[in-house]
Amino acid sequence: MAADTAVTASPEETLESLLREAEALKQKLEEERQKLNDVTLKTVGEKLESLQLPALKMRRMLKGANSKVLCTDWSPDKRHIVSSSQDGKVLVWDAFTATKELTIAMPSTWVMACAYAPSGSLVAAGGLDNKVTVFPLAGGDEEPAARKRTVATHTSYMSCCLFPNTDRQILTGSGDGTCALWDVESGQLLQSFQAHAADVMALDLAPSDMGDTFVSGGCDRAVLVWDMRTGQAVQAFDSHDSDVNSVRYHPSGDSLVTGSDDSVCRLFDLRADREVARYSRESIIFGVNSVEWSLSGRLVFAGYSDYTACAWDALRAARVCVMCGHEHRVTRVQLSPDGTALSTASWDATIRIWA
Amino acid sequence: MVTMNSSEKAASKACQQGPSRDNSKCIKEEKEKDRDKKENPTASLPPQVQALMSTIPSPEESPNYLVYKKMEALIEKMQDETTGVPVKTVKSFMTKIPSVFTGQDIVAWITRHYSLDEAWEPVHIAHLLAAHGYLFPIDDHNLTVKNENNYYSVLDHPPLLSRRGVGAGAHSTPPGCTRASPYCPHNVHYLIVSWITRHYSLDEVWEPVHIAHLLAAHGYLFPIDDHNLTVKNENNYYRFQTPYFWPSNQWEPENTDYAVYLCKRTMQNKARLELADYEAESLARLQKMFSRKWEFIFMQAEAQSKVDKKRDKLERKVLDSQERAFWDVHRPMPGCVNTTEIDPKKLSRINALKAKRLRQCQELILQHNLKNNPIVTITNPQESEEEIQKKNENTIKENGETSQTNITVTCFPTDLPTKTPTIEQQIDTAKRQVSMLRARLERRNVRLSKVHDMLIAYCEQYAEYDPFFTAPEWPNPWLSDATDMWEQEKQSKEPLPLRRVRRWSFSLRELLQDNCGKEHFAKFLSKEFSGENLKFWLAVQELKALPVRRVATRAKEIWKEYLASDAPSPVNIDAASRELTRQKVESGQADRYCFDQAQAHVYHLMKSDSYSRYLRSEMYKDYLNGSKKKTSVKGIRSIVSFTARKETSTN
Repeated sequence: MAADTAVTASPEETLESLLREAEALKQKLEEERQKLNDVTLKTVGEKLESLQLPALKMRRMLKGANSKVLCTDWSPDKRHIVSSSQDGKVLVWDAFTATKELTIAMPSTWVMACAYAPSGSLVAAGGLDNKVTVFPLAGGDEEPAARKRTVATHTSYMSCCLFPNTDRQILTGSGDGTCALWDVESGQLLQSFQAHAADVMALDLAPSDMGDTFVSGGCDRAVLVWDMRTGQAVQAFDSHDSDVNSVRYHPSGDSLVTGSDDSVCRLFDLRADREVARYSRESIIFGVNSVEWSLSGRLVFAGYSDYTACAWDALRAARVCVMCGHEHRVTRVQLSPDGTALSTASWDATIRIWA
Repeated sequence: MVTMNSSEKAASKACQQGPSRDNSKCIKEEKEKDRDKKENPTASLPPQVQALMSTIPSPEESPNYLVYKKMEALIEKMQDETTGVPVKTVKSFMTKIPSVFTGQDIVAWITRHYSLDEAWEPVHIAHLLAAHGYLFPIDDHNLTVKNENNYYSVLDHPPLLSRRGVGAGAHSTPPGCTRASPYCPHNVHYLIVSWITRHYSLDEVWEPVHIAHLLAAHGYLFPIDDHNLTVKNENNYYRFQTPYFWPSNQWEPENTDYAVYLCKRTMQNKARLELADYEAESLARLQKMFSRKWEFIFMQAEAQSKVDKKRDKLERKVLDSQERAFWDVHRPMPGCVNTTEIDPKKLSRINALKAKRLRQCQELILQHNLKNNPIVTITNPQESEEEIQKKNENTIKENGETSQTNITVTCFPTDLPTKTPTIEQQIDTAKRQVSMLRARLERRNVRLSKVHDMLIAYCEQYAEYDPFFTAPEWPNPWLSDATDMWEQEKQSKEPLPLRRVRRWSFSLRELLQDNCGKEHFAKFLSKEFSGENLKFWLAVQELKALPVRRVATRAKEIWKEYLASDAPSPVNIDAASRELTRQKVESGQADRYCFDQAQAHVYHLMKSDSYSRYLRSEMYKDYLNGSKKKTSVKGIRSIVSFTARKETSTN
């Protein structure tokens, strides 16, 4: 055993034996995997009827952001959207009437992430300022900007944030390679999550019974599943060839879909502990910026840097629908909470609603 | 039509390989000289520093570069002499147009290459290639083809600007003047869009949208088609950009280069080199900016244009157009997409990494110099300081945006010998890796076929709840413009829709997620005298969501209420969990997860025992029947069997 020899051996030898052991383990792992690899999803999927999805059409266009829209989030009321953009504005929209309801000016430009709280009465936003700021929307006569509170501070830009089933906490991912859970009221750091070797790009909360796990994707090409209670990474997937820009849990909570700069979306299964499907085409050469599921887990939506978004049949790994119309990179695709519509945000300064 | 004499060959060669271009070469040469200057001192540096320098993020790793490489591979295939896009020299009335191909050629080629079956896709790909400047439309309006091009020929016509001097003259002409020129009336564009729609007799399918998009993105405001890097599936002519100007070369052209270029164009007295509106404005602005060294810029431009004049006419035409396309990419006209932009997330990471590396370099150099060579101390730190300045310099671009080209790199510290970690650190990482791998080996994984079955089963079960597959009970608000669906959901009037109640039987999570379900389940439990389990579980869920300052007090309350020996509503958990929880609570440092084990135990109990009894109970069945009777079933009947297996598979 490597551990036994460590006492006497020089550090170099210890390292070497450890590395050798790791290699052997990797090989064994691969063998074990092959044993369980009895059939591919594509062959199973081909037995299904091909999907006849009516083409999604644009139903609303939200115009009025003056620069690139970097992030959006649906309100739990299913009709409002918060967006953040390059010029440092956070906007609250009534997407149903396609009107802007509120403008909040942030102190810095490039607001890369924004999120609606589960109660719908708070929004959080941040980006190049390395911070997350929370703005209450309801109550009080003052402007939301006057009642803002800075909750979290990272040592690099904040790339993604979400409220983990409560208004009282915020989970953030940052360019400093860490994720962190913060107490909104006191701004106290509750838990830090460190294992990524490079910038964290995306986060998603598990739709599990307790809601105690989440997943993150980063520029180290890794996708990590975390236990919020211990702060440890419990599962890792690393088959992407470039930065992982987006990750979303399957509605069942047992699988993940990821989107990467290598222009491929991948389906990872937590139960099988491996990649189970790939969504790509030769003619798609630009990176994926954002991914999303439909409520039934049958469709995977992806937003690309080539100005399009599309829907994949997750089971047959075939593209079923393309949404053309944006004039610049699509930065975010997100399903409305009741699954009735899909929103896409783009660098062309518009947000579009498709149904 | 396709004849090649020697000068044409030279022209087409220029197109293929990048010519001996003296004028713009100056820029590159200067750049290279710069680079040499930078590299020379590094040669004299100690090996550690050189190693460190080599880890400075290089543009080759940027996500943009990844895409450039893919596109360039495609372009190279296109330029293949036998299997590529046919490039020809076209003769028209009095002139020759060297080395061109049509939009149709390129679209047909892409369709063939990827064997695409949808019409929009090759056009879209060609459009992207053009937006990045790999190929570009040439600005010869004589050659637009008839019928549908009646409109386009107008569009393609560069508005003839009033002749402008270099200086303040640009400002003296109000911008509105040229906008109103007869060559770009706005109604023409609306005509085009409506014409496309009529022509294809499509209402909202991709085609008019896509073409309208191309026009809208570039044409509405500045209908100067020759600065419009798009492709249309027509007989317009396009040209390939020379590899020398490809974006993967990480051009970061400076404003002085742009000034020289614009200045040069004003000297060459040709209609096709006439400055567009925005270019004239840029020139005026640049002249103000560089007023002190304007003479120098002017001289450079003069020298370049002299060299140009010596060139063969056809070759010059090609080179001019390529140079123009280059600047169209790097200084796009207002309203056009700037394709050289980089995601700020990735940009900021690269900048941070670069600064760090350079700092490390400097420190190493200093150490090194102190130790060995006091003479170098004087020069080298200065050199590297200059370098830092140079690299960190964010040149303000012509359009006021910060220059972002060239800097983004995705770099993976795992792959890089960045800090050369100590042997102990390496051992630590290796140990962690080994234990992670061991854990993965021990994990019980599910067979793939089983995973697939579960994924399919989930889709089948939930298809009915996915508005993309099954129409909801009330019309989709986004399609019908009616909000009944949301109102109904808010009121949650009894009886609830059957679908919603049926969903409670899928899993305990589904039941507890629905407030009505939770209430109904609580009623059932209190009938069974086991309501405290759910109450405890909910209390712990609530505890986890509390602000941190209230957690400790609330934890004690929960302990007293459910777990203490004299608790009013005791929860039944095993002794070990209770003891563990007691220690946590009584230590005074109760955190959000102190009831974790107890909660998991209770949840399991509810799931395996109460929940299954609830589903079998008359209470749930009655409730289900109540909604069955009253709600219409029309929505449910319309469910398509969307995961139905094909006939063959059942045999």
